[in-house]
Amino acid sequence: MELIYFDHISGTPLHPHVKEAMIKYIKENGFGNPSSQHRLGDMAIETLNNARENVAKLINAKPEEIVFTSGGTESVNHAIKGVAFAKAKKGKHIITSNIEHQSVSRALRVLMRMGYEVTTLPVDSYGMIDPSDVKKAIKDDTILVTVMHANNEIGTIEPIDEIGKITRERGIVFHTDAVASCGNIPIDVNELNVDLLSLSANQFYGPPGVGALYIREKTPIFPLIDGGTQENNQRAGTQNMIGIVGLGKASELARIEMPERMEHLQNLKRYFLSKLNRIDDIVLNGHPEKSLPGLVSFSVEYVEGESMMIMLDEKGICVSTRSACASGSLRASHVLIAIGRDYATAQGTLLFSFGISNTMEQIDRAFVELEETIRFLRNISPLYKKKK
Amino acid sequence: MQYSDTVMEHFRSPKNVGRIENPDGIGEVGNPVCGDMMTITIKVKDDRIEDIKFETFGCGAAIAVSSMVTEMAKGKTLEEALKITNKSVAEQLGGLPKNKLHCSNLGADALHKAIMDYYAKKEGKAKEPKKFEKVDYIGEREGKCYCPYCDTELLTPAPFCKKCGKPLPSK
Repeated sequence: MELIYFDHISGTPLHPHVKEAMIKYIKENGFGNPSSQHRLGDMAIETLNNARENVAKLINAKPEEIVFTSGGTESVNHAIKGVAFAKAKKGKHIITSNIEHQSVSRALRVLMRMGYEVTTLPVDSYGMIDPSDVKKAIKDDTILVTVMHANNEIGTIEPIDEIGKITRERGIVFHTDAVASCGNIPIDVNELNVDLLSLSANQFYGPPGVGALYIREKTPIFPLIDGGTQENNQRAGTQNMIGIVGLGKASELARIEMPERMEHLQNLKRYFLSKLNRIDDIVLNGHPEKSLPGLVSFSVEYVEGESMMIMLDEKGICVSTRSACASGSLRASHVLIAIGRDYATAQGTLLFSFGISNTMEQIDRAFVELEETIRFLRNISPLYKKKK
Repeated sequence: MQYSDTVMEHFRSPKNVGRIENPDGIGEVGNPVCGDMMTITIKVKDDRIEDIKFETFGCGAAIAVSSMVTEMAKGKTLEEALKITNKSVAEQLGGLPKNKLHCSNLGADALHKAIMDYYAKKEGKAKEPKKFEKVDYIGEREGKCYCPYCDTELLTPAPFCKKCGKPLPSK
């Protein structure tokens, strides 16, 4: 049975060139500490610089503005807590949205316990935040605004550049969680007007466990991990060299291949949506245009998401669900509730995220199974019977 | 996947799916707000469950539980069927993941409710449910659901709050 992987939002497979680069590094050096003064240290520094340059180029930043981290979650925590601690004397008010990833919302929850005040802004039915809401929420003691670039559950791309204009005018630090978008759509930190941006390698065909935080020059921020002087004093500890080699290569490839990748993903998405149109009582989630190219979130009325996901998995098709059951909590996805889905509908949500090696034929095959799965589960569902 | 082989078998090909027309007893439990919904219908002859069917909106575990509980109850006397517990259903399924144990609670609850419904109808004293001021939401904070009347945490999806007994909204 051919495995069909439609869950790229949970993690992308390693690009063959990324894999090669990492293996090459392991063979040639692999252990040299970039903080060492001897030649192995120099070799590691060169590798580090090369990777840093590639990450910087991907988002139009300067290499010295890139800090390597253990991934998206660390980057986000560093950005939020680092600014909150550095600016604590100036103010304790932070603005965010109600559809953020847990790494943002839980980091903010900790800060709230420490006496910080957080304003959480709502989104519209597409999951879009209104920049004028940000403007209205700003107070004299606002120190940070953090809004995600693209939502990881529904794909909606937020008006980060407009929010950035507002924060820049008011001299407030602005962070965007670009984990779901970076490497998949063009990002220019200067056009977006952001001071901090979080990214993760395994969202664009790099390895898991490595990411970066972009820190604009002169941004007031404390390190999250204290110790040595690595990463421009922003992230202590010997760097994860092998992972960073992978991130660097993935960034280089993403930059070069981005236009064709996006076109391919958009074609797959369009094709999938045209097929999805044939099934009754499907609700699409997210913005119809301003959305990640390879991601489709849809709710299937009268059935529950986890049962669909397992049934597809049985047939070799890997997708994701935001069903409350699957996440181990009884709660439906906060993002789907935020965009106005009722609980039963939110429970029946599936997330298909395509990648560069997916094909139309795979969509054809998966779709037959999806239709069959929905028919099967609706036949069992008491809610479907009530509808009829 | 974290499910046992037996759970997967029942999920893949669930037994006794459907709804009996003109049933002798109906048991409806759960609500989609906090997870699952289950409806069990039974046909009774000589105090024995002659036929039993279910319909379920829920995760893989909920569907497997429904299938298993109907299999266990089929052909049993009402008295025997009332002895089927949530625990015995979960055991028959070879166990359930910890975060899915609440799903197993639905199965026996729905079965028992269907049997009680049969008794009530038979004795001709089907009770009118008490009237309460209606609310259409379930309280919810930090991933947990709470009764809108008495604020008790709702561990299991149910049509009634186990503490204060008031009916919970289905949506």
